[in-house]
Amino acid sequence: MQFDSFSAFINMGGYGFYVWLSYGVATALLLILMFSSVTGHKHVIKNIAQRKQREDKLRQVREQRQKQDKQSKSTLSEEVTE
Amino acid sequence: MWKWLHPYANPEVSYHFAGKILPWLSALAALFLSIGLIWALAFAPADYQQGDSFRIFYIHVPAASLSMGIYLGMAIAAFTSLVWQFKLADASAAAMAPVGATFTAIALITGAAWGKPMWGTWWIWDARLTSELILLFLYLGVIALHNAFEDKNLAGKAAGILTLVGVINLPIIKYSVEWWNTLHQGSTVSKLGKPSMSVDMLWPFVFCFLGFIFLVSVFICIRFRSEILARNSIRPWVRTLVSEHIAQEKTNAV
Repeated sequence: MQFDSFSAFINMGGYGFYVWLSYGVATALLLILMFSSVTGHKHVIKNIAQRKQREDKLRQVREQRQKQDKQSKSTLSEEVTE
Repeated sequence: MWKWLHPYANPEVSYHFAGKILPWLSALAALFLSIGLIWALAFAPADYQQGDSFRIFYIHVPAASLSMGIYLGMAIAAFTSLVWQFKLADASAAAMAPVGATFTAIALITGAAWGKPMWGTWWIWDARLTSELILLFLYLGVIALHNAFEDKNLAGKAAGILTLVGVINLPIIKYSVEWWNTLHQGSTVSKLGKPSMSVDMLWPFVFCFLGFIFLVSVFICIRFRSEILARNSIRPWVRTLVSEHIAQEKTNAV
């Protein structure tokens, strides 16, 4: 241990401000990067899930319409034959 | 000889591989950084000229050399992507850019905080500092280009060309302290075989440096995985993976 007391450790031989500024800024930037990387990953997953939901809904609507079209066509042809 | 590498060209395999090594890398990063930084702050001897301000060295130098190392990695990835149309390389280059930018910023800020007590100024337009600042701008340009296009292949190409043009800056940073008269001191650690540092200062540095390398790998793995997902969002394996993830989240919430 290079320091006799905790206050000497904080003081860093008079360079405390500069040393703790460096370590503080580095820690803060790395935490920001960590946060943005993790939330970015979740964001990507959420985006893909949303797009998938939208596409599923569109497909459902399309299939329903096709069914309705077929039904209306068949009723039309029935009417014509009648 | 290189056949064992081939499966990793598959995005799905790479995605799961990165996920598998992620916890190990995190554990190693935490271990090495906690040992290294406590050693550096409390147990390493003070420099006979610079006193305790020398302790900034233990983050300044790893951050600065990693800022260049990450750029080199990004340039190699950009080159492989441009020449062999290897799409995963683009994803990895896009993952590296923000990490490199952060480490460049750390190197610049810790350098300023070290320069103030030692040189009497936060900033000076000397060769080493200016070329490192240009490196930061190159990183920011690459990030901007990656995000500027909806089409990720086009974005990768544009960012890749900027990355390769910017490689010229790396030797300029490395040799700036030898080519020009600057305030910045020459290197102390990387003199091969005979570092001009005492051993009890060098060991905590080795721990910090390894710890930062592992931390960089952690960041790159996380971002690489998101890039793979975003670029393969219409593939069935991504679709099943995403719906599984959402289902799991729902059960967790309940």
